Amino acid sequence: MEEFLRIMEKNARLPLEEIAAMLDQTPEETAALMDEAEEKGYIHGYETLVDWDQAGVNRVEAMIELHVSPRKSCGFDDIAQNIAAFNEVDNVYLMSGSYDLMVTIKGHNFQEIALFVAQRLSPLDDVISTATSFVLKTYKRAGRTYFGEEIDDREWNE
Amino acid sequence: MMDYDRILSKKATEMRPSGIRKFFNLAAEMPHCISLGVGEPDFRTPWTIRDTAIAALEQGKTRYTANAGLRELREEVCRYLKRRFALTYQNENVLVTVGGSEAIDLAIRALVEPGEEVIIPEPCFVCYEPITTLTGGVPVHIATKEEDEFRLTPEELKCAITPKTKLLILPYPNNPTGGIMRREDLEAIAEVLRETDIMVLSDEIYSELVYGEERHVSIASLPGMAERTVVINGFSKTYAMTGWRLGYAAGPKAVISAMTKIHQSCIMSAPTTSQYAAITALKSCDEAVEAMRTEYSRRKRLVVKRLNEMGLHTFDPKGAFYVFPCIKSTGLSSEEFCERLLHEKEVAIVPGGAFGESGEGYVRISYAYSVSHLHTALNRIEEFLTENGI
Repeated sequence: MEEFLRIMEKNARLPLEEIAAMLDQTPEETAALMDEAEEKGYIHGYETLVDWDQAGVNRVEAMIELHVSPRKSCGFDDIAQNIAAFNEVDNVYLMSGSYDLMVTIKGHNFQEIALFVAQRLSPLDDVISTATSFVLKTYKRAGRTYFGEEIDDREWNE
Repeated sequence: MMDYDRILSKKATEMRPSGIRKFFNLAAEMPHCISLGVGEPDFRTPWTIRDTAIAALEQGKTRYTANAGLRELREEVCRYLKRRFALTYQNENVLVTVGGSEAIDLAIRALVEPGEEVIIPEPCFVCYEPITTLTGGVPVHIATKEEDEFRLTPEELKCAITPKTKLLILPYPNNPTGGIMRREDLEAIAEVLRETDIMVLSDEIYSELVYGEERHVSIASLPGMAERTVVINGFSKTYAMTGWRLGYAAGPKAVISAMTKIHQSCIMSAPTTSQYAAITALKSCDEAVEAMRTEYSRRKRLVVKRLNEMGLHTFDPKGAFYVFPCIKSTGLSSEEFCERLLHEKEVAIVPGGAFGESGEGYVRISYAYSVSHLHTALNRIEEFLTENGI
């Protein structure tokens, strides 16, 4: 399973037959692994890495650091799950260090994100403070660089 | 006007250009061409190795080293050969060279007298024959066969041996076939050689790239063979350090001393920065090597399966990073196959004939490329076969 997940992490779009070949399996065996991984939640989904700048579409992304007050019974989980339930929110992480939750969010413009923080996030009971930073430029995301493909400059030197 | 045809030495003018070059030059003119041609890793040198080199430069370690190489590096080479391949060498048995290629050159020059014969199993890497010829030696080829998994057999070796035989080249794991010699295969070869004065040049540059449960075995580790073997290895393939130009030879003290004399005159010492970096490679990069091997192994399975499915019979290679599919079923020569594939589908691969006559009917495909690159190139090869009905 581990080898399957390693291959899938980078090559989820490859035909099943090719993933099976890399695993030295039949496509049926690999399909069964895929079902199992999805069923058991080893694979939560498949994301497309869109370069919106390149596509000429206005998109703004922000990272928001949150201080929250944990509750006695359930710590940070309740508030984190409440925040995760917002459709606008992409990622929610509990962090070590100087703040508690890191939330990332995408919108069409700065104003949309500012409104979301001011009207939806900050008013929540357990949120003590927020610090919003906007992403100015993406250089790398999920292991892929966004500044053009690396050129293969190897020569045939034999 | 200088007539350079008359001025250049006969030996130099008679050297044939590498058959691989020709295709690279063709491919270089095609901007959308995708290559499966190169013989070097696509990975970058692990960071800790590069970091050591930077530190060595910062500390001003910029002078020549001892001719034979840094003492510490030679010690690490001995430890490495012991731990990985059960080979027992001391410092004086090791010479650090400019890539494995220089070590091959030195070994042949140190051993071969004009007129003496050098046995070269083919298909193989392209350098053994020209170096032998430049030395005045006589290349004697043995064609290895796919049905023998491209291994050298003791019967064929016996047939090739004459009173003039001086040296056997043993290029395994093999470029371009991916064939390997297992312990029992080597034992049979050793049995033929033990009662002779024939030396072995064992080119083990791909020794860390052996797949599945198999491990590389060095012929020098067999009883009675260390005294008649020069082991060639290096950092290029194992640690993705091709540009650092660093390799080494390990062998009997007298042979290494003779090689060191030649090395002294024409090279002085291997690049100092690279030598410091190589110490780190040997000491602390086993994990990085294993990660690269795992990735090559995945790619190999993908490429072998797809080529076989599209009707090109492909031997499942056990080592190196090449596959060597048979293209005889297409009715094309390997050169025609590669030329047409290049022009019709802009995929560059190398005709098997470039690795010796016995490579005719095969092509070499390198899988030192990302999975998505391989996927695209394999699709194009499949289209090429389908469209031509071959």
